[in-house]
Amino acid sequence: MESRVLSHLRALEAESIHILREVVAEFSNPVMLYSVGKDSSVMMRLAQKAFHPARIPFPVLHVDTGYKFKEMYEFRDNLAKELGLNLIVYANQAALDAGANPFTLGTQKCCAQLKTRALLDALAAGGYDAAFGGARRDEEKSRAKERIYSFRDKFGQWDPKNQRPELWNVYNAKIEKGETIRVFPLSNWTELDIWRYIELEKIPIVPLYFAKEREMLVRGNSIIPLEHNYPIQIGEKPEMVKVRMRSLGCTYCTGAIRSEAETLPQLMEELVQFKRSERENRIIDHDTEGSMEIKKREGYF
Amino acid sequence: MSVESQLLRFTTAGSVDDGKSTLIGRLLYEAKGVYEDQLASVRNSSVNRSTGPIDFSLLTDGLRAEREQGITIDVAYRYAATPRRKFIIADTPGHEQYTRNMATGASTADLAIVLIDARKGVLVQSRRHAFITALLGIRYVAVAVNKMDLVDFREDVFRRIETEFLAYANSVGLKNVAFFPISALEGDNITEKSARTPWYQGTPLLEHLETVDLGEGHNFTDLRFPVQYVNRPTLDFRGYTGQLASGILRPGQTVMTLPSGRITKVKSLPSFDGDLAEAYPPMSVTVCLEDEVDISRGDMLVDPARVPHVSRRFAAKLVWMHETPGEAGRDYLLKHTTQTVRAQIARIRHRIDINTLAEQPANKLELNEIASIQIETRRPLFFDAYAQNRTTGAFILIDAITNATVAAGMIEESTADSLEPLQLGSLEFSGETEATVTPAERYKRAGHYPATVWLTARQELAGMLERKLFDLGCSVHVLADDRESHLLPELARVLNSAGLIAICSIASPDQTEARRAQQLAGDTRFLLVDPQQLPVKDEEASEVLMKMLEDRGVLRRKERFEVGEGI
Ligand SMILES: Nc1nc2c(ncn2[C@@H]2O[C@H](COP(=O)(O)OP(=O)(O)OP(=O)(O)O)[C@@H](O)[C@H]2O)c(=O)[nH]1
Ligand SMILES: [Mg+2]
Repeated sequence: MESRVLSHLRALEAESIHILREVVAEFSNPVMLYSVGKDSSVMMRLAQKAFHPARIPFPVLHVDTGYKFKEMYEFRDNLAKELGLNLIVYANQAALDAGANPFTLGTQKCCAQLKTRALLDALAAGGYDAAFGGARRDEEKSRAKERIYSFRDKFGQWDPKNQRPELWNVYNAKIEKGETIRVFPLSNWTELDIWRYIELEKIPIVPLYFAKEREMLVRGNSIIPLEHNYPIQIGEKPEMVKVRMRSLGCTYCTGAIRSEAETLPQLMEELVQFKRSERENRIIDHDTEGSMEIKKREGYF
Repeated sequence: MSVESQLLRFTTAGSVDDGKSTLIGRLLYEAKGVYEDQLASVRNSSVNRSTGPIDFSLLTDGLRAEREQGITIDVAYRYAATPRRKFIIADTPGHEQYTRNMATGASTADLAIVLIDARKGVLVQSRRHAFITALLGIRYVAVAVNKMDLVDFREDVFRRIETEFLAYANSVGLKNVAFFPISALEGDNITEKSARTPWYQGTPLLEHLETVDLGEGHNFTDLRFPVQYVNRPTLDFRGYTGQLASGILRPGQTVMTLPSGRITKVKSLPSFDGDLAEAYPPMSVTVCLEDEVDISRGDMLVDPARVPHVSRRFAAKLVWMHETPGEAGRDYLLKHTTQTVRAQIARIRHRIDINTLAEQPANKLELNEIASIQIETRRPLFFDAYAQNRTTGAFILIDAITNATVAAGMIEESTADSLEPLQLGSLEFSGETEATVTPAERYKRAGHYPATVWLTARQELAGMLERKLFDLGCSVHVLADDRESHLLPELARVLNSAGLIAICSIASPDQTEARRAQQLAGDTRFLLVDPQQLPVKDEEASEVLMKMLEDRGVLRRKERFEVGEGI
């Protein structure tokens, strides 16, 4: 008899689809946070699967800091067209107009205004009661602590010491007006699972993930992309380096890594050899010990 | 690790400071699940409570408060893979105050590693966690007797703990228990057999995790498909989506829908990747049916030959998880599969002392207490015992005012007997199909019209009325709601169409079923009396009812006297 054991990727897929449907069935106004990265791409495919043959039945929100890569904007707009997404782009325009940028504000303040504040404002503006995020528990140690349905109070704050118990796959969706639930359908996926699934499902992703000769600024251990008029110091000179991005954020805060991986199999092989975590090149997580937890408490994803 | 490798979900359990987090940190480290930068940040951390160079517990204790207090507060989920298996690990807190977080982590696990400090032996909290492990139906238990380095790796210490724990495990019904003498801190018997325990013949812990036989792990016989969401993108497409709890779905297969009891067939299993030939648990799928049936979220597709219990009442074990005590008679929301209904704890049967397993009377459930209770819901649930089905046997209670999740429940049995499958299935065919015998003929023979009398909380009265009507020569039958109140309207209709008078005796004042019964019976043949209007004395009340039946022309006055006087 043929075996009826789901492979771990298919088991993860089934779990995520269950979560997506549960939210659509129980909340009145859910939204999906879309960051254009690899995790968002996987989450989007899972949403297509969950509601096939219907279109994705909720809006997709991109909180745009204005400091993303050009290739990301192109990719986003193409995908929205192709899938017929109800794409909402939201930026903290007031802060941007006031000249907010990571170079002068510093990464923490910049993130607080252009990401956290913008996100909270966008959620309030849309009146959303649930928001899907593509965060994974294996990314960072405070995320490892978070529930699949993560309760947020009226100010979008997370209280890690007082989370609702969450048993089996029976999720508690009860909230009062103004409170929200952040939902993480990819909680149990690892970075490698994401890549394997992208390969298995042939999911399109932003080309920045693959190695290519790019014009970069090499400063010590950091390899910095040069978009958005990055302030170059005297004596520094951009050079062509073969690099790729391991995770995608804003240009300045996403460091590149030297790599030869031009295809998915090469990329995964590289990943298995990696001795350092994917967020290591993210400047924001390391500003201070436990900085992710602090940001999450304040409402960050 | 191949793409096809199998998934094992496991959890840690045990008393505070037994070394759970240290063990998981060690396992991750050994399975190369830790990146250098993460390890460096642990090495550089200002905290190190361990006596070794690396405090492995810091790899999972990811909250500030945890690092400051040196304890685990909430579950950490970590991931590891070896060439043989992929692991989802829940590292749970040992502190009693956070038992609910332990239950959270354990609820999805296939295996629990119960840690015991070799110096301290089996503690109350070790028992509590072992008990919850058993309640949650975790199939495998690996008991890691930890800190063997602090007892000179003595076999007698290990054996004593083994004996003591086994006795407790047996009494709570834990099966498949294996024991490992380890040092999480120093790495003994974790990935390799330790030279310091020559007397230990078993495998190292990791090998056990890699090889424990998961089987297929699912029930493929009893179809249970809770409908999660109805997908209706166009008028021509109606798909019922959900995750298969058990059983198999194939196109052409006969299924019953609950609560309606209707029988239909699976038309297709459409998916993003084309139509499926078969679906099995735990797949998330979409089902299209042959007939236009009215199905919504909370309904369930089941195998007509193997139906679940259908009832508003059942017995369950409850783990109370909130500071506000649980009380009988209070309103809660109960979420079971995809249904959320209003519910009450009808009765607390007893509380269980997890140490002695003694059953004690209780009128409240305090935080972290475990009790055997009886639940009553507003609408019927479709369920199996938790021991039979971890999905259709599980529920949570939500405080209707604060929205907090206050309890986890595991269903033991239905308080009322479940109907036999065939009876339930045949309701489908019980309508007025071929009228070879007409209602008029039935009336002529019976001497009265069929009718349905609906009585709330008057069991004695129901019996008395039945007796009176019977003595008059009427064909009459009492349906009490231990026959599943939601089926009463249908059952009454069956009796009515056979010409009988049905007396439905129901305990709860809920009017949903009464309204349905009224629809089915028709207004003139349906008698619903406001309990306030009815005399308190059964004798008087029965007379009032007889009179009403006469007034409606159900009983002919003349015949009543004829037959009545004849006796
Ligand atoms: N000597 C020795 N110490 C150990 C061993 N395992 C853990 N410890 C120490 O025991 C203490 C508690 O370890 P944790 O891993 O935090 O214990 P825990 O079970 O996770 O505690 P909670 O999560 O708070 O319930 C720490 O100081 C560890 O370094 C061991 O095998 N030998
Ligand atoms: Mg711990």
